[in-house]
Amino acid sequence: MQLSRDQLLHAYRQMRTIRAFEDRVHEEFSAGNIPGFVHLYAGEEASAVGFCMHLEDRDHIASTHRGHGHCIAKGCDVGAMMAEIFGKKEGLCGGKGGSMHIADLEKGMMGANGIVGGGPPLICGAALTAKTLGTGGVAIAFVGDGGSNQGTTLESYNLAKVWNLPAIFVIEDNGYAESTASSWSVAGSQVGRAAGFGMPGYEVDGHDFFAVHAVAREVIERARNGGGPSLVHVKFARYYGHFEGDAMTYRGKDEVPRLMAERDCIDLFRRRVTEAALLEPSELDAIDREVAELIDRATAEAKAAPMPSEADLLTDVYVSYH
Amino acid sequence: MPKKTYRQAINEALRQEMERDPRVILMGEDVAGGMGSPGEDDAWGGPLGVTKGLMPRFGRERVLDTPISESAFIGAAVGAAATGLRPVAELMFVDFFGVCFDQIFNQAAKFRYMFGGKAVTPVVIRTMYGAGFRAASQHSQCLYPIFTHIPGLKVALPSNAYEAKGLLIQAIRDDDPVIFFEHKAMYDEEAEVPDEPYAIPFGEANVTREGDDVTVIAMGRMVNFANQVADKLAKEKIGVTVVDIRTTSPLDRETILETAAETGRVVVVDESHPRCSMATDIAALVAQERFADLKAPVKMVTAPHAPVPFSPALEDLYIPSPAKIEAAVREVLAFQG
Repeated sequence: MQLSRDQLLHAYRQMRTIRAFEDRVHEEFSAGNIPGFVHLYAGEEASAVGFCMHLEDRDHIASTHRGHGHCIAKGCDVGAMMAEIFGKKEGLCGGKGGSMHIADLEKGMMGANGIVGGGPPLICGAALTAKTLGTGGVAIAFVGDGGSNQGTTLESYNLAKVWNLPAIFVIEDNGYAESTASSWSVAGSQVGRAAGFGMPGYEVDGHDFFAVHAVAREVIERARNGGGPSLVHVKFARYYGHFEGDAMTYRGKDEVPRLMAERDCIDLFRRRVTEAALLEPSELDAIDREVAELIDRATAEAKAAPMPSEADLLTDVYVSYH
Repeated sequence: MPKKTYRQAINEALRQEMERDPRVILMGEDVAGGMGSPGEDDAWGGPLGVTKGLMPRFGRERVLDTPISESAFIGAAVGAAATGLRPVAELMFVDFFGVCFDQIFNQAAKFRYMFGGKAVTPVVIRTMYGAGFRAASQHSQCLYPIFTHIPGLKVALPSNAYEAKGLLIQAIRDDDPVIFFEHKAMYDEEAEVPDEPYAIPFGEANVTREGDDVTVIAMGRMVNFANQVADKLAKEKIGVTVVDIRTTSPLDRETILETAAETGRVVVVDESHPRCSMATDIAALVAQERFADLKAPVKMVTAPHAPVPFSPALEDLYIPSPAKIEAAVREVLAFQG
């Protein structure tokens, strides 16, 4: 199915927003302005956007420690996200979650997750809710190649299949779990694992937005129509380290520059839509400028925003505690 | 008032709450039983028959048998709670928490805080605990102090059938994650239990005996042992107050401190191991807040710092018994400062 002009513009804007957000977080972190540690999604944008473009607020996703891209793609407010990463009271989670715990349940975003493999069981639950209440919703767990080896993930494949849940497992394989190559750490294949649980499995080039978008449509429709879970193995690369400050000594020197020059998902998208005369370069340039302004504003506001105070320390441990 | 067993009281609470609220669902290993087997449906109703009859009444859509896969289904219960259901998941024995604790303490317990107060996770995890079944080290532990330690979780330990029904109904209606501990040696014990639904509020201890000489603070099955001791010593004109704390989190500090101060002689009875336990927690609380009122050191009666043994000869020695509680009461009573 051909995407409409609006959909193409939306996809480009979303990917560009994630890239600009992550590049800015990289800069601000390097300058010492962001506490803690952050894991950046730059280079992987086509996956989050390719899947989440098919979703609505009634659909749920669970993310990973590398969660900013999924949050933006699922509709979380960019300004509130930036404020959260800076630890501010006006952050999406009041400054109590930070980069690894950004969530917005009203948007169906069940949280980035500091625990590798933490998301898939939760997604089985969200899918069960959708099935039990008949909402027509689906649930997607984004899982890294590292998380794909966790027992929670494999158990969730089984449970999702046994219960015939509207669940989708997206294995985002950026080649490395921290510093360990997925070519070494993953026995068998992701698609083979799906087959082992009786689920349809797909492998897709995660640099190619259109390929991701097409597979995503198929598995999401299957889930919505009661056809049960699927697995998609998305292969791509991250541009930054596992965490900010990672010198990436485990990667070849020319690996990232070559990927950026030849396989960048946003460049590939741009080339394809302009060569096919679907969109004008000037339209895309305009989006670039708008996104840059958005990120400038979000960053400035996040920096200027107040920190939480002592009064916030003990709130929201419970709904009520007596 | 009708008498019901602990088992019947729990079953009735589940049934009444499922009738009241369609969002309440059950899940767990063999909670109905017989899934995919050629024999009868509802073959088990849980390993000890606690959930028997609920699947035929509410259907497979609301009483879900699971694979033996605690990480996945406890996590699914948490995820379902965060997205609009009110699941009651059964972790068959609390000893099995080791394979699914992440979903409880890193996910369920922390959602509300980490997400800035926007998450509500009304999940109940029912679980069997306690020694006395000759079930050995991996099926007999208490472990409630571990859950009590985690901010964001609530922990309930009903001491009889009446308490079980009221505390479970409260747990299901509560908007926070609750770990509900059922002592496996108490399922056949009877108490008077009203037919109609009722909720017992969390964090409100119950004074089950009143006396002027010694205060015994207990929880779960140990409340009954403490009551036996109090009744026995009453015949000797020794007055024992017994406090059933009902929930270890939230903890009713006021009742503990008031009753401790009234007698000045305190025994804490806790079936779990002695280190970092409810016994140490309560003893420290009393010592810190009511030191001036104490007439004797606080005495703790607990299981030893050892795994639960299999042999009946050893397990009987392991469990805090009424005799040990009685000895502790006499010891604090005899103490001359």
